[in-house]
Amino acid sequence: MKSYQLMLCAVGLAIAGQSCKMKDTGSVVQGDAASKVYVAPGKYDEFYNFVSGGFSGQVSVYGIPSGRMLKVIPVFSVNPENGYGFSEETKPMLNTTAGFVPWDDEHHLALSQTNGEHDGKWLFANANNTPRVARISLSTFKTEEILEIPNSGGNHSSPFITENTEYVVAGTRFSVPLGEADVPISSFKENFKSVASFINVDQNSGNMKIAFQIALPGMSLDLSRAGKGPSHGWFFFSTYNTEQANTLLEVNASQKDKDFIVAVNWKKAEEYVKAGKGTKMKTRYYHNTWNEETHSASSKLEEEVLVLDPAELKDMVYMIPCPKSPHGCDVDPTGEYIVGSGKLAALIPVFSFNKLTSAINAKTFEGDYYGIPVVKYEAALHGEVQKPGLGPLHTEFDGKGNAYTSFFLSSEVVKWSIKDVKVLDRVPTYYSIGHLCVPGGDTKKPWGKYVIAYNKITKDRYLPTGPELAQSAQLYDITGDKMQLILDFPTIGEPHYAQAIDAKVIKDRSVKIFDINKNKHPYVAMGEKATKVVRTGNRVDIYMTAIRSHLTPDNIEGVYVGDEVYFHVTNLEQDWDVPHGFAIKHAANAELLIMPGETSTLKFVPDRTGIYPFYCTDFCSALHQEMQGYLRVSPKGSNVPLKYGTGDAAPKAVASK
Amino acid sequence: MKKLTKLGRYSTFVVIVFLVTLWFFPMWRIDLKAPQYPGGLTMTIWINDVKDDVDVINGLNHYIGMKTIHKEDFKEFVYLPIAMVSFMVMGLLVFVWNRKIGYYIWTGIFTILGLFSFYDFYKWEYDYGHDLDPNAPIQVPGMSYQPPLIGYKKLLNFEVLSQPHIAGWFYILAGILLVSITFYEWKKAKTK
Repeated sequence: MKSYQLMLCAVGLAIAGQSCKMKDTGSVVQGDAASKVYVAPGKYDEFYNFVSGGFSGQVSVYGIPSGRMLKVIPVFSVNPENGYGFSEETKPMLNTTAGFVPWDDEHHLALSQTNGEHDGKWLFANANNTPRVARISLSTFKTEEILEIPNSGGNHSSPFITENTEYVVAGTRFSVPLGEADVPISSFKENFKSVASFINVDQNSGNMKIAFQIALPGMSLDLSRAGKGPSHGWFFFSTYNTEQANTLLEVNASQKDKDFIVAVNWKKAEEYVKAGKGTKMKTRYYHNTWNEETHSASSKLEEEVLVLDPAELKDMVYMIPCPKSPHGCDVDPTGEYIVGSGKLAALIPVFSFNKLTSAINAKTFEGDYYGIPVVKYEAALHGEVQKPGLGPLHTEFDGKGNAYTSFFLSSEVVKWSIKDVKVLDRVPTYYSIGHLCVPGGDTKKPWGKYVIAYNKITKDRYLPTGPELAQSAQLYDITGDKMQLILDFPTIGEPHYAQAIDAKVIKDRSVKIFDINKNKHPYVAMGEKATKVVRTGNRVDIYMTAIRSHLTPDNIEGVYVGDEVYFHVTNLEQDWDVPHGFAIKHAANAELLIMPGETSTLKFVPDRTGIYPFYCTDFCSALHQEMQGYLRVSPKGSNVPLKYGTGDAAPKAVASK
Repeated sequence: MKKLTKLGRYSTFVVIVFLVTLWFFPMWRIDLKAPQYPGGLTMTIWINDVKDDVDVINGLNHYIGMKTIHKEDFKEFVYLPIAMVSFMVMGLLVFVWNRKIGYYIWTGIFTILGLFSFYDFYKWEYDYGHDLDPNAPIQVPGMSYQPPLIGYKKLLNFEVLSQPHIAGWFYILAGILLVSITFYEWKKAKTK
């Protein structure tokens, strides 16, 4: 019967004139994929997926399994849509020692943890280019803090986190000389250092502080993970360019058979800090914090950092040889296994924490690297996954003893068992996966259920949009023995790492409004009766309110060309989802989007006389279109008096003299 | 002058306990629902306050020129607690005096208080729904916005449901109890 059908097919093909073709991607989706990702109108997704924005500098939030975008959180890049980086209140968030930096390259995210599980309090994000770490509140979905990292050339190995959010790390991708030293580039080996910063996080406020920096020999720190359970107290960093090349790294940093995974005993480092070891170094970096009560950011210059030298302070840092420029270095849910992913290797080494500590105790070393002991590869090895695929990058776990590793070159996700290092299943990704994410996949208790692939190449996955395409993510169901592709969804920027958390952990804590009675903004107008316009020299402060559907004052006269006009707009609403916008003609920066109970400030410098209309930009009500007003700008030095108001209080015509 | 039965006499305590709930739970609730308010809006009326989404409702009703609701504008919130406390003290007197006629008068006062309260509530609702700002942005000819005294009504895009809350139900139960005991006492008096 079967052969009969096959023959019929062959005949059919021959008649239709079809030639043989390679298998295409259209046929991959099987079974009831649609019902697995369908979230009916009015229903919610099961997971929040926080996805790094790459060169967009922002963090995007998707619902899983639907793949619907829920929000873009502005973090390192300005966002004219809501005035982030443009309003007077948010400008200090992007302040750095290099001045106001309006963008960055955001790669990795870490959800805060308690006892090795996501607690849903904060999300940390790294800025790769101008080295910084940001903390985002998961109750307001706002960036609350940005900390600049000194002695770093590119904050890539960041913001990975310990199991109780004791530390967030920031390891430099580019090794650079400490401070702002001017040295020949060719003096790399003598002068360049790879600094790993350990940032302490206050358990209540979340406020960050650089506790200490470890100055490792010059190389590149790529990714990192904290130990957990038995390995709690340790941090593992993958490295490349241990060849210490400073030019044509493509070739020169790929020479050695093995680079290293750097194992840092941070509890030991804490002891050294307590004992007063290390060098206090003069430096400079900005620490920017957001205050929810004043609805404003402030920026503070820090001038000192504590640097620890691992060659001098023994028993704090060890090196584990790891094949071929490892990218991922991931710790399994039990905390016992450390998976290195050499991106040019043809196998995946799995290290055992137990064996590592035994090797350290027995001093089973093969030598040292600038005074740091190098543990014998075999002594720390649990096993190697043979022929897993090409170009392993990053591994996450399902909590059932399985690991999922992404392969850039062979463009696939491979499932393997940790215990016996055997490959169990493989599925293609479209195309060239970078990081992957299992909900809770870096914690002690992964939720499992899905693996999400974040791909580097999109090509034909969606309707074409010219040369520049959206990036592509893929969702796989991993509840069965076989991984099953169930959804494609496009993403903004270029996602690198992403994390997902059970929606239940954070959804009920989401803030709906800001309490107007707690508004301590220095320019708040507590009600329409408190609105006013104050002139101080050529500075004009307008204390304005917005409520459906009028601005107060909405007629303002007595402003002159060249004045620095500050619109301090307070949204008096106390109802969910009633933001007001504020825009004025010729505004050279952006608009404002003001949440209920919040005050935001737009600076405006009129350069010519005339009548400037202003209005609400967020469709707030049936009379939104009427929510508008006028600013009269007179010539510099004229004597038009300062007058303002709304309705009966608006400036009246004066009888001619 | 005939004495109260034991049941009648002790029922005064039950009535008083029922009325004490007025200080712990709302008397009335008015629920509003519109497409833009999927979770609905609720205003609860207490013996001395209006609570819950009053501010949100106040933010909405200026479109159709309705007045905003403020606790301070209701003299009822001063008089009603005084009236109810007086009524409960009277109950204690009825218990001590232990005469049927006392109970009948007590029930009579409750009936008058109850009817007047409902009349007062209705009158406020009428004013609230009819006394509209002539300069309101939205004016629908012939439309008024009086909420229902009890039950359901559709007002423009809002559906309105008005009903007793916990203390309101206890108040009603107190009334039923008072009337029932009065009948019971009266019947007993006739059969003797």
